[in-house]
Amino acid sequence: MKIQRFAGVTAVIAAGALALTACSSSSDDEGSTSTDGETTASGPSTGIVSVNGNEPQNPLVPANTNEVGGGLLLDLTFSGLQYYDAEGGAHLEVAESIESDDAQNWTIKIKDGWTFSDGTPVTASSFVDAWNWGALLSNATLSSYFFESIEGFSYEEESELKGQGLEVVDDSTFTVKLKAPEADFPLRLGYSAYFPLPESFYDDPDAFGEAPIGNGPYLLDTWTHDAEAKLVPNPDYSGDRTPQNGGVDVKFYQTQDAAYNDLLAGQLDVITAVPDSAFATYQDELGDRAVNQPSAVFQSFTIPETVPHFEGEEGKLRRQAISHAVNREEITDVIFDGTRTPASDFTSPVIDGWSDSIPGSDVLEFDEQKAKDLWAQADEMSPYEGTFTLAYNADGGHQAWVDATTNSIKNVLGIEAEGKPYPAFAEFRQDITDRKMDGAFRTGWQADYPALNNFLAPLYKTGAGSNDGDYSSEEFDGLIDQGAAADSVEDANKFFQQAQEVLFEDLPAIPTWYSNVTGGSAETVENVEFGWNSVPLLYEVTKN
Amino acid sequence: MAATGRKVSLMAWYVARRVMQLIPVFLGATLLIYSLVFLLPGDPIQALGGERGLPPAVADQLRAHYNLDKPFIIQYLLYLKGLLSFDLGVSFSGREVSEIIASAFPTTFQLAIMALVIEAVFGVGVGLIAGMRKGGIFDATFLVVSLIVIAVPIFVIGFVVQFVFGVKLGWFPPTVGSDVTFYTLLAPAIVLGSVSFAYVLRLTRTTVAENLSADYVRTATAKGLARPRVVRVHVLRNSLIPVVTFLGVDLGALMGGAVVTEGIFNVPGIGNALYTAIKAQDSPSVVSIVTVLVIVFLIANLLVDLLYAVLDPRIRYA
Amino acid sequence: MPENRPNDELLHGASSAPFADQEHYFADEDTSPVLDAVDAPDESAPPTSLWRDAWNQVKVRPLFWVSAALILLVVLVAAFPQLFSSVDPRQCDLGNSYGAPSAGHPFGYDRQGCDIYSRVIYGARASVVVGVLTTIGVVIIGSMIGGVAGFYGKLTDSLLSRVGDIFFAIPLLLAAIVTMQVLDRNVWTVAGVLIVFGWPQIARITRGAVLSVRNSEFVTASQALGLSKPAILARHVMPNAIAPIIVIATVSLGTFIVVEATLSYLGIGLPPTTVSWGGDISQAQAALRTNPQVLFYPAGALGLTVLSFMMMGDVVRDALDPKARKR
Repeated sequence: MKIQRFAGVTAVIAAGALALTACSSSSDDEGSTSTDGETTASGPSTGIVSVNGNEPQNPLVPANTNEVGGGLLLDLTFSGLQYYDAEGGAHLEVAESIESDDAQNWTIKIKDGWTFSDGTPVTASSFVDAWNWGALLSNATLSSYFFESIEGFSYEEESELKGQGLEVVDDSTFTVKLKAPEADFPLRLGYSAYFPLPESFYDDPDAFGEAPIGNGPYLLDTWTHDAEAKLVPNPDYSGDRTPQNGGVDVKFYQTQDAAYNDLLAGQLDVITAVPDSAFATYQDELGDRAVNQPSAVFQSFTIPETVPHFEGEEGKLRRQAISHAVNREEITDVIFDGTRTPASDFTSPVIDGWSDSIPGSDVLEFDEQKAKDLWAQADEMSPYEGTFTLAYNADGGHQAWVDATTNSIKNVLGIEAEGKPYPAFAEFRQDITDRKMDGAFRTGWQADYPALNNFLAPLYKTGAGSNDGDYSSEEFDGLIDQGAAADSVEDANKFFQQAQEVLFEDLPAIPTWYSNVTGGSAETVENVEFGWNSVPLLYEVTKN
Repeated sequence: MAATGRKVSLMAWYVARRVMQLIPVFLGATLLIYSLVFLLPGDPIQALGGERGLPPAVADQLRAHYNLDKPFIIQYLLYLKGLLSFDLGVSFSGREVSEIIASAFPTTFQLAIMALVIEAVFGVGVGLIAGMRKGGIFDATFLVVSLIVIAVPIFVIGFVVQFVFGVKLGWFPPTVGSDVTFYTLLAPAIVLGSVSFAYVLRLTRTTVAENLSADYVRTATAKGLARPRVVRVHVLRNSLIPVVTFLGVDLGALMGGAVVTEGIFNVPGIGNALYTAIKAQDSPSVVSIVTVLVIVFLIANLLVDLLYAVLDPRIRYA
Repeated sequence: MPENRPNDELLHGASSAPFADQEHYFADEDTSPVLDAVDAPDESAPPTSLWRDAWNQVKVRPLFWVSAALILLVVLVAAFPQLFSSVDPRQCDLGNSYGAPSAGHPFGYDRQGCDIYSRVIYGARASVVVGVLTTIGVVIIGSMIGGVAGFYGKLTDSLLSRVGDIFFAIPLLLAAIVTMQVLDRNVWTVAGVLIVFGWPQIARITRGAVLSVRNSEFVTASQALGLSKPAILARHVMPNAIAPIIVIATVSLGTFIVVEATLSYLGIGLPPTTVSWGGDISQAQAALRTNPQVLFYPAGALGLTVLSFMMMGDVVRDALDPKARKR
């Protein structure tokens, strides 16, 4: 309607003006921290920051991107209902409010004035239609399971969420009905699967995937496959994540070693992961520009009940024995040079609600005697024979720690233990999915969004999608459901911690460590801050 | 004259026959590779879902989309059919395979040609001198150098060259990335050609030494021809025959074997593309890329065989 | 005319021949004992052949003995590692990671805390077996196919060459990557894969050498004398092809060992539970910046082995190939 549009235009102008003032005010703050030679008195720095990335494995469509290569680009070119700050805290971005009385029926209002880079406005339909498209069975998107909990979602038949779990109320309001209450639902909404899409997307999704039209802080300027992607600031961006630089150049590398060498030679500004070969030296080489902090990545290995000698009571004893036999401190120190943190629970220190003192977590301590005793007890029930194997995919750089872990088990328990490498990830996953594993196998989890339950329900709940060991515990399931239905995130987290007590008893997966973010930057840039998801907040980085 | 005319028409016949023979070889190679990729264990569709896999319904949809639910022979025939209309298929990443090849091939080709030229010029040059001064210090030194280059794995050579000359000394940029020029490809070309350089050196040295002690050289020297002329006109030309054979075949080998070098120096070429495709078990991509490599190899082979007949009059193609 | 007509008795019935009354001078037969010895054939010496000649040549060269000794050493180490090290190569204690050399552990420790010296000793077997197996297989299959193709020519040649092209055209490394994921990973399968994709190179060389020789006179002569084609191929033509085969084979042996290391680098070589130089070299990459000795020892052993085989190859080729003899 005419008035609406007029209001929209003034809103855009106002937003633009606001953005400009925000720029200049932030540059005042930044003026004191920026380094020599910045000639611009107001406005963000104009240099283009180069960072390493991976060639996206799918076209850049939010619901079809589940890997970091595409994820990095999407997070910069789109804005969702919420965004996450460096600590993993969620803040409203496009959304004005996300409210519910019962944690099951949510009403979401979005702010005025947001537009896509083709000029069309961001409305409630932009979200609803996008989520609908992503959830449709016939579209077979890789991230469709993010819409699982919305009423109307189905894996069996073609089912439109629109009209069932999703309803558009007006241009700036829509409602979401979940299948079950979830107190932390808003926490999810910063994840890329929930990004809005312009109407032009539905005309030609394939073309969109090559040149996406988003509403984020940056625009995708060029994308040279297997080489690099160049991003420039989006003048129409209306949110808080204002770019503080003149653009971002994402260079795709096949190996991290190549990226690191480029950093040392001054050809790269920011590196998001340090290669193994430089673990021991990079903190010296980069000094205070090196980064080594915990991230939301949890590592473990799983011994399913189907492995001989690992079922029931005997299995419990053996799992605990093995957990005590792994010297996590030594391994993270020697193999990883301190770039991993020994685990003390099943989640991650970066997430709100993490605790290192959950009852039962002492099973994660290295204790040779206890390990031997427990193992001997299990042997009394049924003597162990054969070789303990730990399977992994050889193309992931895991050989070193697997060998160290199996050696540790071998030395302490006196049994034959060795790693079992699979040359390719595909085969490794295949055997896991088909439940053909006859020994232990490595498992890990990277949080999609900063919520405690994201580490628990998808992995250990009965029948959950990533419950590779087929673990099932009524007690655990009950506690998770109670947490999901809790009134607040704090209350929910209490239940989740209790649920972990059950996990420490049964050890469906044996926690090993949390991966740290290892990264660094060159002297050409400032303000490099890594976020909770191991990716730097590139819009904050300044370069002259 | 009649004799030359006959030779030319024999040659023409030979070329025609060889070009026709390209087809069954081409089919054989593509079938072989297709079967190998098909036999790969693991489900590429599940792998698309990463660590957490895909719900079965989604996986089934994708499988049908890529024709992976059909029997092997149907898949192969569908692929061939596409090939005839120059549709090389779509990779799992959504890009047309023909587009992937079009952007990656010229880079690798340039890299391989540079490596070939470097190894030919230096290999023949050094080999020639070594062969003429067989048993001397020069010869012994380069023999040891060539053995070291062969014995040290290429990834070690690559890493050392990149670190020492790229990072520490700054003579070359450590990686290539999107900046593909003669200068940036120099370091990877040297590394790629290093092992072949050793082969060429040894081969040249051996043949030169052999030919230097041949009767016709003695005759030429006895006739009073200056030594440099003897070497240039007679010895070099005869010695080059096995070397040329090797170089021609090497082009295909360099292009196919560049995967390690391309990874280290981040060259956006065919090796990288192929390696990624194999890891993803992306049959259309793998087969198409290998097919292109096979064609390059076969054409290079054919040219070498023809050159062989030109250079060595003892060889007749009946 | 002079009255003196010496050596008359040597002229048989020449009195009526033309120029009968011309003087003919003959040198005295030289019966001095020294020259006798030089000129007279040695009838008591044994008959020689190409191989005996070669042996005679080879045994006086120091390079031969050096490389033979090295090869023998490597083979011994590969066959009886227990004689050279009493430490278990798979007994690793993380606490010793990158430890310095000490008594009983002359090379120190690697990243996992395993004894490097012991791993170098035990690793010889896998690498040497892969190299030797592959080379033998490649030489036998390649030379047979190449020889037949070059000698018989026409359809046989076309067929065999094109089959070889199929295997040759597929880059070895990539074929290995794909194939090794399908098969079990042990020395036999690794060698097998390398043989299957490596024989065309030898076949090509053989075919080329055979082609050069096929039209020579001695082959025509043998045919004229009635020798069967296979016999000509085996007894007369092939020996001429041996020299280039040996050169390429000895270099290839080294290359195959190195290719195994590269396969390990890509994660598809011998499994990590098998102690091998290739595996250790690829694992040592992570330590390149800080502890390069972990790379140096297995790479040095690899290099030495490759060197010894190649030197031997050089020596043998020099002896077998008449054209390479120094003037």
